[in-house]
Amino acid sequence: MTEERPLLAVRGVVKRFGDTLANDDVSLAIRPGEIHALLGENGAGKSTLVKIIYGALQPTAGEIRWRGDPVVIPSPAAARKRGIGMVFQHFSLFEALSVADNVALALPNAGRRKLAATIADVSRDYGLPLNPRARVADLSAGEKQRVEIVRCLLQHPQLIIMDEPTSVLTPQEADQLFATLRRLREEGRSILYISHRLEEVQRLCDRATIMRRGKVVAEADPAVETPATLARLMVGADVAGVLRPPPAMRGARLGVNGLDLPAADPLGVSLRDIRVDVAGGEVLAIAGIAGNGQAELFAALSGERLAPRADAVFIDGRPAGRLGITERRRRGAAFVAEERLGHGAVPGMRLSENLVLTRHATGDGIVRAGFLRRRRAATLAEEVSAAFDVRKGKPDPEARALSGGNLQKFVVGREITRRPGILVASQPTWGVDAGASAVIRQALVDLARSGSAVLVISQDLDEIFEIADRIAVISRGHLSEAMPAAEMTPERIGLLMGGAGEGQGRNADAA
Amino acid sequence: MPMRLELEKRAERSRVMSLVSPLIAIVLTIVAGAIMFLTLGKNPWDTLYTFFIRPLADWRSAQDVVVKAVPLVLIALGLAVCYRSNNWNIGAEGQFTAGAIAGSALPILVPDFATGWTIPLMLLCGALGGMVYGAIPALLKIRFNTNEILTSLMLVYIAQLVLDYLVRGPWRNPQGFNFPESRIFSAAQRMPRIGDGRMTIAVYITLAVLVILWIVLARSKKGFEVKVLGASPRAGAFAGFSAGWMTLSAFLVSGALAGLAGIMEVAGPVRQLVPTISPGYGFTAIIVAFLGRLSPPGILIAGFVLAVTYVGGVAAQISLRLPSQATGVFQGMLLFFVLACDTLILYRLRFVRGPRAREAARGTV
Repeated sequence: MTEERPLLAVRGVVKRFGDTLANDDVSLAIRPGEIHALLGENGAGKSTLVKIIYGALQPTAGEIRWRGDPVVIPSPAAARKRGIGMVFQHFSLFEALSVADNVALALPNAGRRKLAATIADVSRDYGLPLNPRARVADLSAGEKQRVEIVRCLLQHPQLIIMDEPTSVLTPQEADQLFATLRRLREEGRSILYISHRLEEVQRLCDRATIMRRGKVVAEADPAVETPATLARLMVGADVAGVLRPPPAMRGARLGVNGLDLPAADPLGVSLRDIRVDVAGGEVLAIAGIAGNGQAELFAALSGERLAPRADAVFIDGRPAGRLGITERRRRGAAFVAEERLGHGAVPGMRLSENLVLTRHATGDGIVRAGFLRRRRAATLAEEVSAAFDVRKGKPDPEARALSGGNLQKFVVGREITRRPGILVASQPTWGVDAGASAVIRQALVDLARSGSAVLVISQDLDEIFEIADRIAVISRGHLSEAMPAAEMTPERIGLLMGGAGEGQGRNADAA
Repeated sequence: MPMRLELEKRAERSRVMSLVSPLIAIVLTIVAGAIMFLTLGKNPWDTLYTFFIRPLADWRSAQDVVVKAVPLVLIALGLAVCYRSNNWNIGAEGQFTAGAIAGSALPILVPDFATGWTIPLMLLCGALGGMVYGAIPALLKIRFNTNEILTSLMLVYIAQLVLDYLVRGPWRNPQGFNFPESRIFSAAQRMPRIGDGRMTIAVYITLAVLVILWIVLARSKKGFEVKVLGASPRAGAFAGFSAGWMTLSAFLVSGALAGLAGIMEVAGPVRQLVPTISPGYGFTAIIVAFLGRLSPPGILIAGFVLAVTYVGGVAAQISLRLPSQATGVFQGMLLFFVLACDTLILYRLRFVRGPRAREAARGTV
């Protein structure tokens, strides 16, 4: 096997962005007919490497060989022409157009009528059922991904790059995807599979290349490794697990009682009869695939969007549905938004100013007689940085200068150091390295155990099982009943993600 | 391998560049202006001297520079509040005109009212007039999500036509030989002068507004709201700040200041309502605001730079027979270069050898 000429070989690739080396002497070989895993934490340099292979970035140094010949790939179009296809983590589809229209846009020379038939054929052959006439906005995330895959397959690629493909799928949909990928492998095509989910890599992949801080640190055979050994290679150290003492549940502190909220825009999700209580002392997690109403639920809980009725949301027993976000904060609630930059923090503002963002009205003495006390804000920002080990190049940098993990620690720490009675956090460790994730998850559990009610909205099942005492699942704007985490399994959550729990609400309907 | 220029994103805004980039822009404008004068067959050195140095060379024309700088600075201060909060008020010229009309109503309709209260009342009416006029695009934006750039700009022409109608019709001077002008304001209806030229107490009022706005923007919570909502409306909503209120208050402030500038111009150097009361102060103030980095002290300096081009433009027109549009071209080039140079605040230029790369423009990891 080892003598076989690789389909694609990357040799000594270096990519420099300003002062940072995103790829440092990276080499990688993909053989024909193998599923090759590219493993690494966020920020390890996987995306950069893949963008170089796909022609979206040019390497600073190093070479790429395709079937043994050195090549330059100046653009994604050139990559596709050579037979390199890519399925992105974030879909590049026009929501308002049909499936066939979206595919046609990528294949300008194909006849429109024939195309619909071809799409139907290919999607059937590969176990990716699709209706070419369906509007993309109406599709589930799994179906949208199928559109991307079919579009990619119609260009007859020899190498398919898949960037974190299961991050938007239910466990059941992921199984379907794996069957498709194995089928492609049998046809002799190669797949470069990017992931940080070790269990998947073990199930699916023939070989694995592991990256850390821009370098290749190991080549491994997933069959002989364990998740623990792979994790150690990926992170470079053992990652501490979350310490989770049993919860001492108190009364409900955050209550949602029959919350209905129509979608704010045509492509949004309506919330329907949401009911959930979060008790002091517990972490309640809401699982679900992206785009099922999480953003809307967060907005309704935070007060960025007001509920239609005051008694749809309760904070410590008092109706809060018609209160804005500042008033809810004054009553002891705190919020961590999903997006760090542009929602939870202003990229071009210093950390001390970003601290003011959520704490200007919460009795921290930052505002006096209408004027800001910048020194006080700087002191508090420094306290947050110290408590959450926020690493930064200078005392008070702009938010955008921090790495994702460090900024997330700051954004979470900004709320937790307030000792809020209620914390609602959306995707608290999304795109964050393992070390920072561990710090944040532990802090969330500790806050709950100190008597606060903690609600975490997450797409990451590993995270949910690590910190949650109870789990509910959101699907198309419906929320399933919260169940103790011990009674939940990934399979059961997967079924609920697919809509099995939508009947629970009072006025649940078939939509 | 060919050399090429790449823009490389900086981790943070460069403090040095945010101070230096307006200077680079001014230098580039002067160079481009010299080239323009060469192609017009003029001696670039003489022309630039006439444009930029001569207005400051004697006391009388230096006073003229101050007189022109006052409305520019005052309007630009209000625009800075708008632009910092991401509200694109392009219609200051209309708010200036509306203020001039509203403030002139008193001396024109009640010509005999001439007490110590006359000027304060006129200024108040002028500010209110500009404020009300500025509220229109703000309310349209809040209620119907209209584009304030278009509505505020279109309202400029409406205000100018109303002014035109008034001075030709109901407000025309009965003793004015049918010229389209209002009656000339009496001494008590004019701004008290300072110095021996055309300067008035408008200078002090402008400086006071500048200091107050400087403190409010830099130190107060309201100023912080302006900055946050301008940088990121979503983060602003997360902070609990209302974008709608900010739009309204920014337009009210900038409308009031433009209106105040309008009445002080009419009750100052102009002394009566005429069809054209402004050489485009409301538009030139946009350049002043950006050249001054949307910060009050910067606007003070930028206001003087552009006032010099006004005075110098008139001198160049008379002594060198340059077309009057030369001033406008200069101001346009200046805005162009300022906006272009601002790229350097968040990006650095780098010469690179190697194949063409597409990612440079995207500039992200």
